[in-house]
Amino acid sequence: MGAASDVGYHAQRQARWHYGEIAFWLIVLACGFVFPSRYLIMTDILRLALFTMSLDLILGYAGIVSLGHAAFFGVGAYAAGLLALHGIINEPVLALIVAGLAAMVLGFATSFLVIRGVDLTRLMVTLGIALLLEALAERFSNITGGTDGLQGIEMQPIFGQIPFDMFGKAGFFYSLAVLFVLFLFARRVVHSPFGLSLRAIKNNPLRAAAIGIPVNRRLIAIYTLAAFYAGIAGALFTQTTAIASLDVFAFERSADLMLVLVIGGTGYLYGGLIGAVVFRMLQELFSTITPQYWQFWIGLVLVVIVLVGRQRLHRWVLYVPNLIIRQVAGRKAVVAVPESDA
Amino acid sequence: MTIALETRNLEKTFGGLRVTRDLSLKVEQGARHALIGPNGAGKTTVINQLTGVLKPNSGRILLEGQDITDLPVHKRVLRGLSRTFQINQLYPDLTPLETIGLAVSERLGHGGDWWRRMGTRGDVNGEIAELLTRFHLLDVMNEETVTLPYGKQRLLEIAVAIAAKPRVLLLDEPAAGVPESERHDILAVVGALPRDVTVLLIEHDMDLVFSFADRISVLVSGALLTEGPPEQVARDPQVKAVYLGEEAVNV
Repeated sequence: MGAASDVGYHAQRQARWHYGEIAFWLIVLACGFVFPSRYLIMTDILRLALFTMSLDLILGYAGIVSLGHAAFFGVGAYAAGLLALHGIINEPVLALIVAGLAAMVLGFATSFLVIRGVDLTRLMVTLGIALLLEALAERFSNITGGTDGLQGIEMQPIFGQIPFDMFGKAGFFYSLAVLFVLFLFARRVVHSPFGLSLRAIKNNPLRAAAIGIPVNRRLIAIYTLAAFYAGIAGALFTQTTAIASLDVFAFERSADLMLVLVIGGTGYLYGGLIGAVVFRMLQELFSTITPQYWQFWIGLVLVVIVLVGRQRLHRWVLYVPNLIIRQVAGRKAVVAVPESDA
Repeated sequence: MTIALETRNLEKTFGGLRVTRDLSLKVEQGARHALIGPNGAGKTTVINQLTGVLKPNSGRILLEGQDITDLPVHKRVLRGLSRTFQINQLYPDLTPLETIGLAVSERLGHGGDWWRRMGTRGDVNGEIAELLTRFHLLDVMNEETVTLPYGKQRLLEIAVAIAAKPRVLLLDEPAAGVPESERHDILAVVGALPRDVTVLLIEHDMDLVFSFADRISVLVSGALLTEGPPEQVARDPQVKAVYLGEEAVNV
């Protein structure tokens, strides 16, 4: 039947790889060879990109707002730190997965609180959970090292073969590999019927239920998955910096994350990656101009993006980026602010 | 004769207001049943209770003899009870292809599939293509819903409900707000629904009701006023009184 194969072709349109996407990843990989002196900042960007991708999964696809995503980042960070510090799991990749799973368990447990209610409730609940964890980490300083953080973490070689070097080269390629694998997985998931049902829920939960979608179960699933991603990002942080301190739970981390995603755009997975690059570059740029007051300029950029002529900004200032993004992600994926912020 | 959908002594109050009063309604298998009533009679409240959006204060709802009063919305859909909305409830960012694809996937139990890509199942694709063709949506299948003309959106609204392969279909004012020029498509589609699907039609438009329904229930202030075949209801002096000044009832 002609129409059926036609339908199949168009249904898979978005799931196909675009040339722009392949080019994007080749450029990222090339950065690892072109800028050997900048591994630390580039690794930082990769971690932030992964963390933001996690938020994009729940905010960009399912429409769940969160101001406490650092909770999962923190759990992943401390889990990885403790595993390495006490020599429980010495192999970094395995430790990374276990740390991600720890965050995932917390994500599953708290998802039942988060899926209830509307945006404001969700903001408060997620914020509250992150604050709770931060306070707990401070209280149990015998385990977490309190305000000093975990000291003396020594990372063993990856797969027992590749040691972490002081220039951060191994850390960069390790982080890039993790990011890419998790990106591939997320890409697969968002183009599945499950991923499509999340977008339907974000668009119209009433109708989603009316066609037989178990809304709550889907939201729990994606929230749990996002927690896993955030936990992995946190674990990467500890593994590549050999530090884990209380600020992994900090409110600023969750808030920055929202900023990064808004800058990069929601709902097409690349928003986190592009946002992370732009955000760190803006930070660098502003802090060289005004070392003390760079946050002022970041704040101004945010206000301009979100408030002052957001629509016009999209059309004019972001004309070129959107042109690129359309190449990367196809269709209507453009830099945009989540509707829930409007 | 079997009863497809039934309510027993349904009661619903909002604060002190009784919007559904002791409503007992029987819709026969394969019927073209219309539920009519003046504005504010509580028709949509009844639909919302039937589909599970609202919980009744008391009373039971039975689908093909089975009590579904306590089932959540999505489980009722999987049991074969589907609806359209008076005001379009679609996904603005999704295309008709995606919207229908999702509904078909959910019904066939593939909705939770998180690894297989959309569009790789032949049976799903075939059904999507069939529905898109039947509802005149094939030419716009890749356009975002929000950009479609209202008549097309209305067709999509019905197509989504049909994609769930309902045994009982609740149509909440299917032609509401559709311009005269696009009305014909809607009426044709509604008229061509297979006879094994039981239809409960909520409607204001008396022409549509009397051309379509083989049984009519009249709801006034949340209670059942009268019930019967169209000719009988049209002659009923009580119904005439209720509709006096609102719409002329003619057969």
